Amino acid sequence: MRATAYQRKLDIQNGRVDLSHGAGGRAMAQLISGLFHEAFGNEWLARGNDQAAFDVGAGRMVMTTDGYVVSPLFFPGGNIGSLAVHGTINDVAMSGARPLYLSASFIIEEGFRFSDLKTIAGSMGEAARAAGVYIITGDTKVVERGKADGLFISTTGVGVLADGLNLSAEKARVGDRVLVSGSLGDHGAAIMSRRQNLDFETEIVSDSAALHDLVALMVAAGGSSIRVMRDPTRGGLAAMLNEVAHQSGLGFHLQEEAIPVKPAVAAACELLGLDPLHVANEGKLVAIVAPDMVDAVLAAMKAHPLGCDAADIGEAVADNHRFVQMSTSFGGGRIVNWLWGEQLPRIC
Amino acid sequence: MKYADEFRDKTIAQGLARAIGAEADSQRDYRFMEFCGGHTHAISRYGLEDMLPANVRMIHGPGCPVCVLPASRIDMAIRLAELPQVTLCIYGDLMRVPGSQRKSLLSAKAFGADIRMVYSTLDTIRIAEHAPNREVVFFAIGFETTTPATAVMIRLAEKKWLKNLSVFCNHVLAPAAIHSILESPDIHNGGRIEIDGFLGPAHVSTIIGTKPYEVLAEQFGKPIVIAGFEPLDMMQAILMLVRQVNEGRYEVENQYSRAVTRKGNRRAQEEVSDIFELRDQFEWRGLGLVPYSGLKLKRAYAQFDAEVRFAMHEVRVADNPACECGAILRGAKRPVDCKLFGTVCTPEIPIGSCMVSSEGACAAHWTYGRFRDYQLRRA
Repeated sequence: MRATAYQRKLDIQNGRVDLSHGAGGRAMAQLISGLFHEAFGNEWLARGNDQAAFDVGAGRMVMTTDGYVVSPLFFPGGNIGSLAVHGTINDVAMSGARPLYLSASFIIEEGFRFSDLKTIAGSMGEAARAAGVYIITGDTKVVERGKADGLFISTTGVGVLADGLNLSAEKARVGDRVLVSGSLGDHGAAIMSRRQNLDFETEIVSDSAALHDLVALMVAAGGSSIRVMRDPTRGGLAAMLNEVAHQSGLGFHLQEEAIPVKPAVAAACELLGLDPLHVANEGKLVAIVAPDMVDAVLAAMKAHPLGCDAADIGEAVADNHRFVQMSTSFGGGRIVNWLWGEQLPRIC
Repeated sequence: MKYADEFRDKTIAQGLARAIGAEADSQRDYRFMEFCGGHTHAISRYGLEDMLPANVRMIHGPGCPVCVLPASRIDMAIRLAELPQVTLCIYGDLMRVPGSQRKSLLSAKAFGADIRMVYSTLDTIRIAEHAPNREVVFFAIGFETTTPATAVMIRLAEKKWLKNLSVFCNHVLAPAAIHSILESPDIHNGGRIEIDGFLGPAHVSTIIGTKPYEVLAEQFGKPIVIAGFEPLDMMQAILMLVRQVNEGRYEVENQYSRAVTRKGNRRAQEEVSDIFELRDQFEWRGLGLVPYSGLKLKRAYAQFDAEVRFAMHEVRVADNPACECGAILRGAKRPVDCKLFGTVCTPEIPIGSCMVSSEGACAAHWTYGRFRDYQLRRA
């Protein structure tokens, strides 16, 4: 007699997720081991426990969590899977920490293609391996058709922070410089180019990338003269700097001419009536750095491929109103405000 | 970015700014109204005010179709969208415009109304084709620039025998509004109109030409320059206005000669006049009832007229009494003169129409220019 009953292999090419794949039975176990374990492959998952025990080095632990509901799921430069891994790594890294482990929870809509799920899980595994980070625990749920938009992914990230490093918005001081690691708006413009009712053709590719190696170089060069780091995701540079302004009680003054924006992104924004400073990034960071260490930190950024277009775009100023102001490349001045509402195109 | 950066060049801008500064008579003030919200937005976004001499002041006009749409028309659209069989297609800017009783199309959508954001009238055709059992209504709004697109949609719907598509028409006319402003009492100071000239919107004139403004310039003795939307276009047009004022001329001049002619786009004009006709009057937020300032569908196209098809009726509602949008839209007051500005009325929670669209005078000032209020106070 066989030790285990016969089970048909997952039909990755043509099959689809059905409700049994989230029901806790053998179908679910097969999905997890056949698809996710294979893609993420590491010793913790191989043990098959409901949790993972892991060692951390010296220092304080850093933890973050994030949900991904991007539409479309596949876009130029990545997909929801690579985005989830990069985004979570970056949230850990912005503290100056070294990211170590991730968890991933999948909410899958009934009828989702196995082939797409395999591609997405594959991208997650690849992104994690490239970053030297492990996805060590996870969860899978399947909901009825119409109850989710294909696939949602929630991730949690854990990392360790070296002693003595404590990046925080309230540390910003008048005269600190604002550095960005590269061109702004690539991710948002890439996503919008694939929204079904927009139909514009472009070569714009998402900048989705894990920034922790770049951060490590910056921390090595600048240490605690890096006051705060953030990744300008939703709401773009504008939202991020307004946040820091509010938390620090300072204002910022930017030079529009110094802010890197790719011509294709600028053109797409022009077409849609958007401001690139409001558009999301997934592979860029902004650092507020003490003036005496700016050159060293900027040089460290430029030495890394993800920071080769890094630029010094402005400075922190004393301002009770906490305005983020900008000298426009045209020669005037204006406020760089929070985005209000959704990003909506003009009508005339 | 080619074909855009050329019109945003700092060096040329500084040259134009010097010319305006040199030619503007320091003994007098120049108050020019940019009629169009697109100009208002560009002025604020590029910081154009900082480049003009102190005695040349720009007044923000009512040329933002979203801003001037009265709450009663939003209420009508909400009531329409609440009908179970209706799918309402709108341009995104309309979503957050406040109707009466704190309702907006956005809140109606949250309560279950089928409201879709579209980017062009053709999207609406597609939606109607895919949902033959739904009554698809397009919320048509805008000045002469967008009216031809609505006309084309109706033509297409006719050709395709689309029985489930109609239009809620809110198209308005730019010259009629300028006329109304020039006649309004609060900008007359002892019989003198407190506006020295107008920047006219180039996109409107690509359709209607420059000719319809000639009678206005003549009747009120005010120069009008049709200007493009790039900052250099506007700087050049302001210089042209300064020169006209200095020389005592009041002509219609065309700065945007790269696309605007005196007669405009005949084909588009014909399409529009085939399908639309003038309303006797149309209500504008801030300006009140303005005669012959709006369009409706001709009787021959009644099947496409949502107001007829769904027996829609307008119930006029009063605006918040503290709101100064009316005076601001007429150029009689500035956003900071309003008690609500920046206190209870912000782009997140707009009370007045000028705060709703990014092209509204208050929203543009709040978003881009409010730091100047504090600079003034400090000075």
